Amino acid sequence: MAERNETMGTTYEKDMVGDGVCSLQKVIPPQKREGNHAVKYVLIGISACFLFVMLVLPLAVVVINALKEGWAVYKENLLDEYTVKAFQLTMLATVVAVAVNTVFGIFASYLLSKFYFRGRQVLAALIDLPFSVSPVIAGLIFILTFGNIGWMGEFLKSHHIKIVFAVPGVILATVFVTLPFVFRELFPVMNAQGKEEEEAAALMGAGGFTIFRRITFPHIKWALLYGMILCTARALGEFGAVSVISGHLRGKTNTLPLHVEILYNEFHTTAAFAVSSILVILAVGILVLRNLVEWKRK
Amino acid sequence: MYVEMRNINKTFDGFQASKDVSFGVEKGSLAALLGPSGSGKTTILRMIAGLDEPDSGDILINGERVNHLPGSKRGIGFVFQNYALFRYMTVAENIAFGLKVQKKSKSETKGRVEELLELISMRELGKRYPHQLSGGQKQRVAFARALAPNPQLLLLDEPFAAIDAKVRRELRSWLKEMIGRVGITSIFVTHDQEEAMEVADRIIITNHGRIEQMGTPEEICRHPGTEFVREFIDVERFESMMWRKG
Repeated sequence: MAERNETMGTTYEKDMVGDGVCSLQKVIPPQKREGNHAVKYVLIGISACFLFVMLVLPLAVVVINALKEGWAVYKENLLDEYTVKAFQLTMLATVVAVAVNTVFGIFASYLLSKFYFRGRQVLAALIDLPFSVSPVIAGLIFILTFGNIGWMGEFLKSHHIKIVFAVPGVILATVFVTLPFVFRELFPVMNAQGKEEEEAAALMGAGGFTIFRRITFPHIKWALLYGMILCTARALGEFGAVSVISGHLRGKTNTLPLHVEILYNEFHTTAAFAVSSILVILAVGILVLRNLVEWKRK
Repeated sequence: MYVEMRNINKTFDGFQASKDVSFGVEKGSLAALLGPSGSGKTTILRMIAGLDEPDSGDILINGERVNHLPGSKRGIGFVFQNYALFRYMTVAENIAFGLKVQKKSKSETKGRVEELLELISMRELGKRYPHQLSGGQKQRVAFARALAPNPQLLLLDEPFAAIDAKVRRELRSWLKEMIGRVGITSIFVTHDQEEAMEVADRIIITNHGRIEQMGTPEEICRHPGTEFVREFIDVERFESMMWRKG
């Protein structure tokens, strides 16, 4: 509850958005003092070892294993029909999730930062729900809602709409787990902006769209892009919710992470690592982009 | 009366911000809404501007009931407490915004912006951004921006609150002079009686959402109408001020 209050407060600073990248740069260089060098190097050493074992080594293993049988096999693995299909589905789910959540995130943060109404706090808490619900549960929720035995099952069946074990389900699950990202980034920035500039523009006769384009958007654009990047990263890698709802239909409802699991379980280790390497490359790309945006936002 | 409030009531979440508020401001006058914080003066200003809606009562501007009109159609200029300058636009763009929205021609907009920059003596600073300005300069830009579309009524919410004490006195006389020169009916909100006494030619005293008294600074000082006014207004200080003014 404490965290919630903090998010809803107006004192939420722009610099507090994100997850530590900012605060890293805000550390004031310590005064020159003899003696703390040893501590510094020990800490650097521990951090480096930890990061090496936890991050660098596993990533290196992915790349090494992917290329174990040479470039030709690697290429073949990547161009495999099911891999391409899985890649396409992952991209589709990601694009839809980012698009939906961007539009939704803008509306929701606009509503919650510029208007006061009863139930504001409840709405904000609801938007964060996907963060606290386990993705597996999220998948189950959709099966229980839209599946054959589900609450809307009869209705969907009679209208020949298939959601569970089909592409719409995969997309729904991805949208669900990535729902809070854009909102989380936008809300504090919009809240800190206040609404006076918008009121001033409205008093001069500017319409809603002009106000958004000229006043609101320039203020939020970097936060928006940052939120979209985080949303993309999460959508690409989503496993749990999608795993439950997809039914693992190869070439139909398989996303990249699911495809990796299937290949691995079938002892196609090299292929599994090759497909993983796609996700790794995308992740590194996103990381670079994220830091660029973070830097540009200053 | 140019602006008239008739029996205005306004409640926010159970808090009554305006209780049967009625007053009028004559054309060409400079009126102050004076009262302690939380006395409902900003609410009154925002209702005249159309930023808040009264629960009941009539707002008249130039004899026309404007309750149903959006703020942009009421012919007003508004200066916000923290100026609310558009931070991603230059000074010139800030001033031009209202004219652009009204689809005025480019040459007309440019001419008006130059005229206003001249008026506020900031001709050289048109290309600056708000964060590159001092508090006093920001206020001048906010003033020019509010005047750009030629409003008939200027509303100012605590125009001096965000400025440090040293510059405040200087700006007060500047603003009074400007308003006089432009000849626009103006209402400003303040909690500082000295400010009200020095700048305004009519003072409307608010307390707990009610109007306690209105009149010229002199009338209010000579004949405080209620117990609250008697306590709130520091007569001695005011008299020495009147004496200074001659």
